[in-house]
Amino acid sequence: MLKNLCQKMFGRSLWVYHANSGGCNGCDIEVLNVLTPYYDVERFGIKLVGSPRHADVILCQGPAMRSTAKALKRAYEAMPSPKLVFAIGSCACGGGVWFDSYSVIGPVEKVIPVNYYIPGCPPRPEAIVYGVAVAVGLVDKKTAPVKFKQLEYPVPKYHPSELKGEGDLVIYEKTEHI
Amino acid sequence: MSVMSKLKETLICLGAGRATLPYPFKAEPVPPNFRGRPIFDSTKCIGCAGCANNCPAREILVFDPCQEVRIVKYLGRRCTYCGRCADLCPEKAITMSHEFENGTNAITDISQTLDIFMSTCQRCGRCFKGAELMDELKMKGYRFDDLQNDRWIFRSQAYLEGDQVTDDIKIELEG
Repeated sequence: MLKNLCQKMFGRSLWVYHANSGGCNGCDIEVLNVLTPYYDVERFGIKLVGSPRHADVILCQGPAMRSTAKALKRAYEAMPSPKLVFAIGSCACGGGVWFDSYSVIGPVEKVIPVNYYIPGCPPRPEAIVYGVAVAVGLVDKKTAPVKFKQLEYPVPKYHPSELKGEGDLVIYEKTEHI
Repeated sequence: MSVMSKLKETLICLGAGRATLPYPFKAEPVPPNFRGRPIFDSTKCIGCAGCANNCPAREILVFDPCQEVRIVKYLGRRCTYCGRCADLCPEKAITMSHEFENGTNAITDISQTLDIFMSTCQRCGRCFKGAELMDELKMKGYRFDDLQNDRWIFRSQAYLEGDQVTDDIKIELEG
């Protein structure tokens, strides 16, 4: 639904506003690298603007800090209504390595609602382009939550009910549950 | 003059060709030593929780819901892909993959959960440990639970002849 909404609302172009709320400038440089001719995102209609009032998308870098949380919230509220928020970098996604520092509130989503996450420290320019392409609907997202389970516990003493005795031969059936 | 300079610039630009990479439509190769998202291998993991202890971002969590099962959770929100967990893992169960296209709309998409079976001592109820320190050195590092008898896999089958070293020392001491 969000995808269809995106395609309808932002059919022509995304104008992005680039907000750093206390990051180390690494993600800033990668975002600016996206706008260079190598990863020319203006062919998709993405353009960097200087004011949040002109922007459709806010690109957040850096964690939400005590000193900048208010300004970040004001920048978000200044944007016109169909708006998207991208959290770029591991600081904006989860709070960064200094997540438990006194001046860091945490991830950006503690201050403003986030629509898309691009993890990485810093994310490659390709990763940022990929995240924006996922948001616009050009490509599908690749990641999914993974859950491994060691199902085959080959120890009969933990599953005595599964043992079947036939004379000297003991048949053991592998269980599907813990 | 200005027209000529513009024409010259046009010629230079035509000669330079196209610099833009066809990225989102065509995959881009990464350098071979690139560290992307860590991938956990549950079949190799022994549940030592060394990765959880050494993660600078504290993104690997360990839960012990019961005696035999240990849950290792990698959340990956603030992971900086430093590769310390992969360096430290004694069983090489963590590999730093070349995945970097992790842009999602839900942060839980990056998480990985491992349910690890920890075999325990029947007497004390704690996790397995080698009989002696010398035996531990010889061991391969993971438990092998045989159907007939629980045992360990040894690293090599070659042993020193008995009392060879101590004999040498005795000779030196006597001399």
